Formats: sequence, C-alpha cells, structure tokens
Amino acid sequence: MHITDILVTGEPIIYGAMVSMALGGLAILFVLTYFKKWKWLWREWLTSVDHKKIGVMYILSALLMLFRGGVDAMMMRVQLAFPDLGFLNSQHYNEIFTTHGTIMIIFMAMPFLIGLMNIIVPLQIGARDFAFPYLNALSFWSFFFGMALFNISFVIGGSPDAGWTSYTPLSGAAMSPGPGQNFYLMGLQLSGIGTLATGINLMVTILKMRAPGMKLFHMPIFTWSTLVTCFIIVFAFPILTVALALLTIDRIFGAQFFTLTGEGLPMMWANLFWMWGHPEVYIVILPAFGIFSEVIATFAKKRLFGYNVMVWSMIVIALLSFLVWVHHFFTMGAGAFVNSVFSVSTMLIAVPTGVKIFNWLATLYKSKIEFTVPMLWSLAFIPSFILGGVTGVMLGMAAADYQFHNSYFLIAHFHYVLIAGTVFACFAGLVFWYPKMFGHKMNERLGRWAFWLFFFGFHVCFFPQYFLGLDGMPRRLFITNVAEWLPLNVISTVGAVGMALGFVVFVYNVYYSFRYSERETTGDSWNGNGRTLEWATTTPVPYYNFATVPYVDEIDPYVRMKEEGKTTFEEDEVKPIHMPSYTGQPFIFMALLGLASFGLIFEWMYLAVFGLIGGVVMMIRRSFDYDDGYYVSVEEIKETEKKARGL
Amino acid sequence: MAESKKRVPMNHVIGFILSLVMTLVAAWAAIQSDLPVTWVIIGIMILALLQAGVQLFMFMHVTEASSGNGHVPWNMMFHGFALAGILVAGSLFVMSFGHDHGDHGDMGDMEQQEEQHSEDHSGH
Repeated sequence: MHITDILVTGEPIIYGAMVSMALGGLAILFVLTYFKKWKWLWREWLTSVDHKKIGVMYILSALLMLFRGGVDAMMMRVQLAFPDLGFLNSQHYNEIFTTHGTIMIIFMAMPFLIGLMNIIVPLQIGARDFAFPYLNALSFWSFFFGMALFNISFVIGGSPDAGWTSYTPLSGAAMSPGPGQNFYLMGLQLSGIGTLATGINLMVTILKMRAPGMKLFHMPIFTWSTLVTCFIIVFAFPILTVALALLTIDRIFGAQFFTLTGEGLPMMWANLFWMWGHPEVYIVILPAFGIFSEVIATFAKKRLFGYNVMVWSMIVIALLSFLVWVHHFFTMGAGAFVNSVFSVSTMLIAVPTGVKIFNWLATLYKSKIEFTVPMLWSLAFIPSFILGGVTGVMLGMAAADYQFHNSYFLIAHFHYVLIAGTVFACFAGLVFWYPKMFGHKMNERLGRWAFWLFFFGFHVCFFPQYFLGLDGMPRRLFITNVAEWLPLNVISTVGAVGMALGFVVFVYNVYYSFRYSERETTGDSWNGNGRTLEWATTTPVPYYNFATVPYVDEIDPYVRMKEEGKTTFEEDEVKPIHMPSYTGQPFIFMALLGLASFGLIFEWMYLAVFGLIGGVVMMIRRSFDYDDGYYVSVEEIKETEKKARGL
Repeated sequence: MAESKKRVPMNHVIGFILSLVMTLVAAWAAIQSDLPVTWVIIGIMILALLQAGVQLFMFMHVTEASSGNGHVPWNMMFHGFALAGILVAGSLFVMSFGHDHGDHGDMGDMEQQEEQHSEDHSGH
C-alpha cells in the first residue's frame, strides 16, 4: 500500500490543514524539548490520577474541539453565504457537517461538562478524589485517543460523510465504502468506553464518598445534576455501544444487521441510535442546568428557590428521556398511533423543564443580582433556551413535524437548545470555577466582550435559520443559490463570524488573565459569595482537597461555616490522608486500544489483533496490581495548609 | 479501605475463564454448529443467563453485606430490567410501524407479521 492511498489528496484546504497540523505538532515537540518539559509532562499530567488535573485536560481538549468544530461550522457558513464561490465541493461539505456534529456533541459538549464535573463534584461533596481514580484516568485517555482517532480522519483515509447520525443504509458498507465511516464507529466506540466508565465512577463517588452527614438532599444542585446524568449515561451508553458494534460487524465482517439485501432492518439503526441519542442530549443539558442553578444562586445571593422541586424535575426529565426517542424520526412512516404516543411523551418533557425555568426566575426575584460574567451567561440562557424549547414543542407535534423535519427550522431549534443551554453553561461554569482551577480569575472586561459578541452572534446566526426552515431550506444541503434563501443565509453567516470573534476573545482572555490577573488569596473567590464546599478549600486546591472534611447537614453548608468561622483545616483533627499513586498504565492501555481501533478502521487485522492483545495484557497487569497508594503525613498537611491560608 | 493481600484472586480468575469459555461456546453455536436455529437460540439464552450469573456473583457484589445484603445491586438491576423492557418492547412497537391491516387486534397482526418474517428467514 502506497502512502498516497491513505492520505487524502487533491484538496487545497486539506493540504493547508496538513501543513498547519505538521507545523503545530513540530512546534509543540520543539517547545517541550527546548524547555526540557517531557519529564514534567509525563510525571505531572500523562500519569496523573488527580481528578482536578484530569478535569483540566478534559476542558483543554474540549476547547480544542470547540475550535475544530467551529472551523467546520465557519466553512459551512462560508459555503452557504457564497454558494457560487465554489469554496467546498459536495463531498467535502458532507464530511464537514458530519464531523461538525459529531465533534460538537461527543468530543466538545460531553468532555467539557465531564471536565467540570471531574474538578467540581468531589470538591462539592467533600471527597478527596473519585471512587476509582485509576478508572478516571482510563476514561480520559479513552476519550482522548477516540478524539485523536476521529480527528485524523480528514487527512488520513477521509472523514465520515453520512451525518452525525450515521443513518443506515447510507452509512453501510455498500453505500459508504472505505475507512471514513469506520473512523466514526471506532472513534465513538473508544471514547464511549470512557464516558460509560466516568458515569459509573461518578455515580459511585457521589453515592459513597459524601462528607459525613451529607444526605442526598443536602447535595449541591450541580452534584445532583451530575448524579442524574450518570444514571442516564449508565443506561443509555450501552445502547450506543451495541449499535456501533453491530454496524462495525456489518461493515468490517460483512454481517447484515442494517442492510436491506440481507433482510436486516435499516431503520433499526435509527431506532437504536435515538434510544441512545435522546438521553444523550439530556446528558449534555442536565449538567448545564446544574451549572446555571449554582451560578444563579450564588450571584442572586440566595438559596436556590425550590431546591427539592429542581431535583425532582431533573429525575423526571431523566425518566422521560428514555420514552421519547421516536420524535427524531416521526417521518419514518410509522402509523398515527406510534407517532402520537411519542408526541405526547415529548410534550410532557416541557412540564419539568418549565418548572425549572420558573424556579430560576423565582430565585432571581427580588434578589440583589451581581452581574458577573458567569451570571451574564446564565441570564442570557433563560430567554434563549426558551426560544429553543418552544420550537422543540412545535417539532414534537408529529403532524407538524412532517413540515419541519430535516429543515433549517430543526437546525435552528437544536442549536438554540445546545448552544444557549450547553455551550453557555460551559462558558459560565468555566469562568465561574476558573479561579478554583488556575488560582486567578478571568478578566471581567474581556469576558464581557466575549459574552456579548458570542451572544449577539448566536442570535443573529440562528434566529434567521427558523425562517429559512419555514421557507423550505433543508439541512445538509450543499447547493443553496436560491434567491429567496440567500439574504437570510448571509445574515446567518455574519452571526457566525460574531460567535467566532467571541471565541477568539475568550481564548485571548485565557492568555491575558494568565499574564495579568490578580492571583487569588482566598478560596472563596466571588466576593465571599460561595455557598457550597468547593469554595471552602484554599486556592490553589491542595492535591488532597480537604485537610479535614467538615460535617454537613444542610444545603449550602459553606454559608453556615463562614458564619461560625469553621474551615476545612481544623488543626487538631488532621489525620494522615490516603491518596492514590500516579500511574502510566491508563495512558498506555488506551494508546494500545487506539492502535487496535486504527487497525480495524483500515481493516488491517494484524495491527488490530496486536493492539487488542496489548489491551488484554494491560488488563492482566492491572488485575495483579497491588499498589494501594500512599499516606500523606500530618506534618505535610499542616505545612501545606498553613502556607495556603497564610497562618 | 479493605486490606489486599498479595495473592492470586482465584475466584476472579475462574470467573474470567468461565465467561470467556461461555462466550466462545455461544459464538461457536451461532457460527459453526449444525444445530437447528431454535436450539441455537435457546442455547445462547441459557449461556447469557449463566454469563450474567457469573458476572454478578463472582465479580460484582450481589451478596455482600456492605451493599445492604444485595439491596443496592438489586435496586440497580430493577432499573436495568426496566430499561431493557423499554428497549425491547419499544423497539418492537416502533419497528412494527404500528400498521394494522384489519379493524381489530393489531397485536395479533404484529405476531402474524413476525411469523411471516421468521418463515422467510428459514426459507432463505
């Protein structure tokens, strides 16, 4: 096999991408070697099992993917605003909308939220790490290699091009030959292992490792949203795993689960995909709700209104999420009864969601709102998300859906819920907890610029798309030089540029704040408004999190702790702390599975078998691993705490 | 933190080998054997139940006192079964497309279609 058989050739844009990737890679190698950082990278990051570091790595990867997915989006917008320019050909366009969707959901939204959960949830419940720190590192590296695998597809072998939903029979072996679709299958499969493991890990952590006295209904709302999300992950992801495995067997080993010729059921893919896919969208929205609840309560300086109801509505949303999947393919042609059942269950979801919206408003009611950057994102979320929610109910009416289906109306709807919900929450959460992670806040002024650019850009980009949809413009369409659609498409592209500028300002703010922001001196970064335990730790958070874990018997325990002058360092109660050892095994294990997946993608079976055997060897290695971690001495804890608290 | 002694966890090793063997037997039954289809299906079902048993009793903590004498795992298993119910019943419901060709009894109709399907299959 010649090298040109696997490299994608003939596209100037892709050549450009190749060159910039090569240069970027060389630059990183050079910097690491020049500053002698290789050992540091391995010892402090690649082998880390510390939930805070893993969280930071998740968020960095997610930001990188936001950039990649954003570039895809910008290329689509350019094509749609200037259809006669010949910027993209149709194949390239297909690949771009496929990778845009897949990356934004699987490799941006989820890891971003999982990164925030990683860092914050143990701190909120008074735990010193995850229940299974080794497994946590494994999860991250499986996501990382899955992501890497998916992302190299556009230069090696060609990207998947059947949409992020990868519907059969289009995505089957007959209609999508070559490695492209295999990249989708194996990339998702590999990173899915990590998501599932994280779900189990966080669930056990929350159920078993809470501070003494903390009952489930004393937990901070973000932790609650994480727990509910974990249940959805644990029950939904196996469905995706099975569906991906079946399609992989179809494509690579010639089975006929989803083909018509072999008496398979192509629509069964859609069925299985959305049985996972609908819970999946709640996996990315419930933690977002949790983040907004935390931010709004903090800056309204009040206890969250209707805490219990908020929790119960999340649980109800989680239950309903498994009962609505057919609304994604009403137009499959099922009879009126099938569609009606799912139409009704879909509309039911508006009830608990509406309850949550009113609770946020009630929290804000008559409060002294502090307009910080995370609060701006949260306040912008409420009206924007409602626009997405209301159009969602419109789409949920099966009869009307026959008009809206696969039009830009749908595109506008799900961007309104996913961006105004998830992406706003990611930004709000990152800015909110940034001082906990890095020891300094992000610059307010630049933060506002990023917010307003992104916020206006978002509405200018997606609001016109509702009307494009009503004017009949279908999604995933490459030829758009229809006079009626052109003005709205141009406006939409202008908005997209606004969002891109917002993102650039945000990234610049990371650099600017690193250089110039004031370093935090207390752990309670937002003017002493912190309500939950994460703000009780010092900044930067010591690697063991809590010198002494406080007794908790109410929600917002830190408010009382501050009144009573209690801290997470009661000097006479300090005991040695048991901590897990760092290990390079998860990295190596997942690198081997990544290699196996790469082999399967190109159907190079020797490579696949080699990687899989390597994986089994690593599992055996782990089974006989008797490293029980180590103890941090009382003296070291006291010294660290006194230094951090300036005692 | 339970104290771990440096010894080979025999229970787990046996369970691991058992689960591998059962998987291989199931694969053999489906791919290589000349058994009639009904027996293959029954065999795989039995193996699946045994497999679940191995996982639950040899690897997981169904009988452990610290999990409330198995209260917690049974609770989770209940959720699992509920979801499996939704998955199977839901898929059958949806994939039937809800088409009923008569005035009454779409259930009976569905079964008939199913039968026709399986007949086609064996005739193939």
